[in-house]
Amino acid sequence: MIVVFAENINGNFKKSTLEAVSYAANLAQSNSTSCVAVVLGNTDDSKNAELGKYGADKVVSIKSDKLNEFRAESYATAIASVASQQNATIIVLSNTSSGKSISGRIAAKLNAGVVSGVVSLPNTSNGFVVRKTVFSGKAFADVNITTPIKILAITPNTFDVKEFGKTASVENVEVTFNEKDFATTIENVSRVTGKISLTEAELVVSGGRGMKGPENWGIIEELASVLGAATACSKPVSDMDWRPHSEHVGQTGITIKPNLYIAIGISGAIQHLAGVSSSKVIVAINKDPEAPFFKAADYGIVGDAFDVLPKILEAAKKLKSATA
Amino acid sequence: MKILVCISNVPDTTAKVSFNDNNTKFNSAGVQFIINPYDEVALTKALEIAEQNAGSTVTVINVGLSDAEPSIRKALAIGANDAVRINAEPIDAFFVAEQIAKYAKDNGFDLIFTGRESIDYNGGLVGNIVAEMLEMPSINLITSIQIDSNNATMERDIDGGKEKLSCALPLVVSAQQELAEPRIPNMRGIMAARTKPLTVIEPSTVNASTPTINFELPKPKAGVKLIPAEQAEQLIDLLHNEARVI
Ligand SMILES: Cc1cc2nc3c(=O)[nH]c(=O)nc-3n(C[C@H](O)[C@H](O)[C@H](O)COP(=O)(O)OP(=O)(O)OC[C@H]3O[C@@H](n4cnc5c(N)ncnc54)[C@H](O)[C@@H]3O)c2cc1C
Repeated sequence: MIVVFAENINGNFKKSTLEAVSYAANLAQSNSTSCVAVVLGNTDDSKNAELGKYGADKVVSIKSDKLNEFRAESYATAIASVASQQNATIIVLSNTSSGKSISGRIAAKLNAGVVSGVVSLPNTSNGFVVRKTVFSGKAFADVNITTPIKILAITPNTFDVKEFGKTASVENVEVTFNEKDFATTIENVSRVTGKISLTEAELVVSGGRGMKGPENWGIIEELASVLGAATACSKPVSDMDWRPHSEHVGQTGITIKPNLYIAIGISGAIQHLAGVSSSKVIVAINKDPEAPFFKAADYGIVGDAFDVLPKILEAAKKLKSATA
Repeated sequence: MKILVCISNVPDTTAKVSFNDNNTKFNSAGVQFIINPYDEVALTKALEIAEQNAGSTVTVINVGLSDAEPSIRKALAIGANDAVRINAEPIDAFFVAEQIAKYAKDNGFDLIFTGRESIDYNGGLVGNIVAEMLEMPSINLITSIQIDSNNATMERDIDGGKEKLSCALPLVVSAQQELAEPRIPNMRGIMAARTKPLTVIEPSTVNASTPTINFELPKPKAGVKLIPAEQAEQLIDLLHNEARVI
């Protein structure tokens, strides 16, 4: 059995969750077994059943007020219990902030080998080998998982959401928790709404020190909004508080893997590239023809951002109104 | 308060990444090793907490061979009171966590820090495995922490936002970049570090559950297609019709 953690936020499934469900369904298919999705918290079962569309054969729902709040301890207990009940041999989750908090705990509970940042399906021709990114995207490692139970935390934006068109049954189960699973008190959760989160964004427009100051970000935000992109920045930009830390991408910031990354006034230092080089298409806009970013880019414009951006914005608006 | 900080010895962020022994080993020739940047942030925060709570100690622990000692000495120079090295090659996260958990269990700590992830293996797993083994709560990606007698109040990054939470000690936390501004060791610290205790402990035997069998470098890009600045608007057309990403 393949068990996948289907994270929900207020009952809704994010794209990264659907990617994980499809990935797990793929694995189930090639192992001739079924795919069970675990949903935690008070959710709507008709909505949960929709996970069948993305490949779940069954949805196991654990409903409890206490699970409306994320705690690594209780979530790990719940997922590990379902995995044991279902005799899971593989547990799949998305390597999001929540996924990162629980994969290690589940591994310790079940004595399972765990790999995070997985970017391939397993190769079982000789062992159980999965590929993961290492050195912040500068290389890949092929890792053999030797334990009977295996945990795969897959990188968001790496696998397609696939339509399997199954109908999933929903089963409500109960799990025994330990008092310690609820030791933390969640005081406040604030999510930016109406904005695309950086890790999930398919398109990203990013600015560096070459943008000269926070007052010049208007055009970046406008271009991002026209394209439906998220905004990002280089480390010095967030260090100087031109932009929030949550936008900082690179080796010490967020690692992203969008379809399109537009870097404006960013030199392309190795630490910056580490976090963005897995992007499918990279555009570098820089006035310095020697900027290292051009070596990592697919498209480049050598020019002053303040001259170039208005033209691009204009063309983007035209395209969007033509295709609207 | 007893604080433990887990530190990893990693290649410098500017290091050229290459492999040898038929792509099975990282090629460390000419590569400078440093304290994992997030662990350095964690260490700084640990020292700040220790300074605010009289009688506290900060111990750093590394699972690694003797070549990690310059990084361990640097941690002592920055201000840790003592250091422990578990004398073993850090083969995978589970192995490393098992060694740390065992030491922590025997010695009892109120607060255990790790970095968000190591910048070489990018696992981000050690802290959570340690926490589970010690039956402690684990809070990932913290951007602030305040200790008030036996209670910690923290902020942490979640997908697309922030969360504020609190928890009684003992506790395992992982440091996000902005948790603290790393300290640079001063001359006094460097001198003092030479005589601070660094205990070497032999590992308990654990098999690797996820051995790495081989490394590979990403394929190089085909080369950049330059668009003249005067016709910058062409970019949108190329992204739409050629690259098909918008
Ligand atoms: C341990 C460590 C970790 C790090 N982690 C990260 C990380 O995670 N992310 C990160 O981003 N950095 C990181 N860095 C910093 C990194 O080395 C670079 O310093 C940083 O990426 C540079 O940011 P930048 O490109 O915005 O600024 P700069 O290097 O100042 O480059 C600005 C660029 O803008 C161009 N420019 C200037 N004006 C214009 C204009 N009008 N139009 C067009 N182009 C213009 C310039 O030619 C230049 O190339 C790290 C460094 C260290 C030591």
